[in-house]
Amino acid sequence: MTFFDLARRNVTRHWLRSSLAVIGIVIGVIAIASLGIMGNSISLMFGDMVSDVGDTLIVTPATGVGGGKFTERQVTDITRAVGSNIAIPFSSTADRISVGEKESVAMIYAIPAEDIPLLLERESGAYPKDTGAGCLIGSQLAANSRENGLKLGARVRIGGETLRVVGVLKERGMGFDINPDYAIIVPYSWYSSHYDEDNYDQVIVKVRNVDDIDAVKESIEQRMNRREDVVNVMDTRGILESIFAATESITVFLAGIGAISLLVAGVSILNVMLMSVTERIKEIGVLRSIGTRRSEVMRMFIYEALVLGFAGAAIGGVLSFFTGYVVTAVFAGNADYLFHPASLLYIVFGMAFGVITSVASGFYPAWKAAQLNPIQALRHE
Amino acid sequence: MPVISFENVTKVYPLPAGDVVALDGVDLAIEEGEFVLIMGPSGSGKSTLLNIMGSLDVPTSGEVMIAEKRISRMDDDDLTLLRRDHIGFVFQQFNLIPLLSVVENVEYPLILKGRQNDTRERAQEVLEAVGIAETHFTHKPGELSGGQQQRVAIARALVNDPAFLLCDEPTGNLDSKTGTAIMDLLDRMNHEEGKTVVMVTHDPRMTDYADRTIRLVDGRIA
Repeated sequence: MTFFDLARRNVTRHWLRSSLAVIGIVIGVIAIASLGIMGNSISLMFGDMVSDVGDTLIVTPATGVGGGKFTERQVTDITRAVGSNIAIPFSSTADRISVGEKESVAMIYAIPAEDIPLLLERESGAYPKDTGAGCLIGSQLAANSRENGLKLGARVRIGGETLRVVGVLKERGMGFDINPDYAIIVPYSWYSSHYDEDNYDQVIVKVRNVDDIDAVKESIEQRMNRREDVVNVMDTRGILESIFAATESITVFLAGIGAISLLVAGVSILNVMLMSVTERIKEIGVLRSIGTRRSEVMRMFIYEALVLGFAGAAIGGVLSFFTGYVVTAVFAGNADYLFHPASLLYIVFGMAFGVITSVASGFYPAWKAAQLNPIQALRHE
Repeated sequence: MPVISFENVTKVYPLPAGDVVALDGVDLAIEEGEFVLIMGPSGSGKSTLLNIMGSLDVPTSGEVMIAEKRISRMDDDDLTLLRRDHIGFVFQQFNLIPLLSVVENVEYPLILKGRQNDTRERAQEVLEAVGIAETHFTHKPGELSGGQQQRVAIARALVNDPAFLLCDEPTGNLDSKTGTAIMDLLDRMNHEEGKTVVMVTHDPRMTDYADRTIRLVDGRIA
C-alpha cells in the first residue's frame, strides 16, 4: 500500500466522475494525434506526388518572344547550357480523338521519341519510335476508356490519321511539367509533320544531381537571357518547398485545434480534482493529524491526476491509431502513411501531452490539499 | 521527565473583533503512565489545549515540551513527524480512512514511518490486542459497528508505539455499553501496557478511570 495505491483507489471510488475526466483526455489525445497524423499524411502525400519532379527545371519562353514558342535553335542552346543533364523539349495540344465510333477530346503531348523513356515509365507495351505511327496512352485514360476500346494495340484516329497504341504508361500523378495520366503521348516527329509545326512549347530539364539545380538554372539563364529575357526557368524544388511549408503550417494548425481540446480536458481534470479535494477535506485532516506530511498529501493528489492522465493517454493512444487509420485512408487515400515514423510520433506526442496536461491540472488541487490547516480540516463536516 | 509539559502557555487567536485568549498562562505536566482527564465547559480552551498537546498547533507564548521536544519553533514538517512518531490520536468520529481496509488503516502509520517489513504482521498483532476478530481485517471501516471502528482507531493510534494516546471524547459517538467497553480497553492499555492516556471529555463518569482530572475554566486551570 502506497500513496499511489491510495490515489488509484480514490480514482476508482468515483467511477463515473473519473471516467468522464478520462474521456476528456482521451478525446484530447485523439484530436491531437489524429489531426497531427492527418496533417503529416497530407504533407507525405504531397511529397510523394511531387517528389518525382523535384529534380526538374521547366524552361518556358518569356512572354511575347517568338510567339511563345522555342525554335529548334533555342532548344539546342538550352541543351548545351545544361551540359551533361538532360533537356527534353515538348509541345502539347488538345485534339479530337476517335476510337472506332467513339469520339472524345484528349490532351496530346509531343516528345522526341528518344527522350520519352527518359521522362516516362511504361506499364505495358513498348515505347513508340520516331519513324512509326505509334503512341502511348496515360494510365488514367487507359483505365477510363477501356470500354471504348482504347487500350494497348487499339487504333486511335487523330485528325484523319491513325496511330496505334503501342504502350500504356505507369501512373505518374500530378506534376509540374506534364500530366500524362489523362493524355496521349506521340513522338515529336509525327506531331511535327501532322500539325506542320517546328517549334516547342517548353523544355523540361532533368538534373542528375539535385544539388546542381541552382547552378543549372543559372547556366540556362546566363546563356539564353543575355540581351533580353528569352526564357523563364521554373525551379520545381522551390515550388515544392513552399508547398511543404504550407502543409507544415496546416499540420501545426490542426494540432493546435487538438491542443485546445486537451486544454478543455485539463480544465475538467482540474474540476474533478478540486471536487475531490473539497469532498475529502476531513479525510485530509485525518491523514495530516496522524502524521502525513504536506509533500505526501500533495504526492497523493498528483498521483491521482497521473492515474487519470495515464488511463486517458493509454486509451486515447490506442483509439488514435484507429482514427489515424481512418483519417489517413479518407484524406490521403493511403493508410500506409499512418505507419510513417512521423505519423506514429504524433500518437506518442498526443499521449505525452495528455499526461502532462493531467498532471499540470492536478497540481493546483494537490497544492491546495497540502496547504489545508489540519485543525480546520478535521473539524470540517 | 514528563511526557507533556506546559510552562506558562498562552494561546491568543487574533480576530477582527479583538483578540481571543484561548489559553491563559497554563502550567501542567503529565507523567509517563498517567491517565489524565481534561474537563471543562465549552469555550474553556479544551480544544486549544488538545490541539497543542497533539502538536497540531503551537502556543503564542510559553514553552511546550512533547516527548522531550520543544515545539514552539518547529515547522510544519517537524510537527507532523512528531505526531506520526510520538502521538496516538483517538477521535470522537473514529476518523478511519474509508479507502483503506481495517488492517490497512492500522498499517498506514507504519508505512508513513517508512517501515517496510512485517507491517502487516504488526498491524494484525495490534488489532488482535484491541479485540478485533481476524475475519474483520479485510473489511472496510464502514462495514464495522461504531465500537469496532473505535477499536480499530485505537489500534491505529497504538501501532507506532507512541509516547501517549490523545483521546478526544472517544466514547462521545457510542452507546453507553460500547463506550464502557472502549473505556475498559483504554484502561487496560494504561494499566497493562503502561500507556500514558490524555482524554478530553464532558462525561463526569470518566473520572473513575482517571488518575487525575485537569479542569479548565476560561483558559486557566481551575
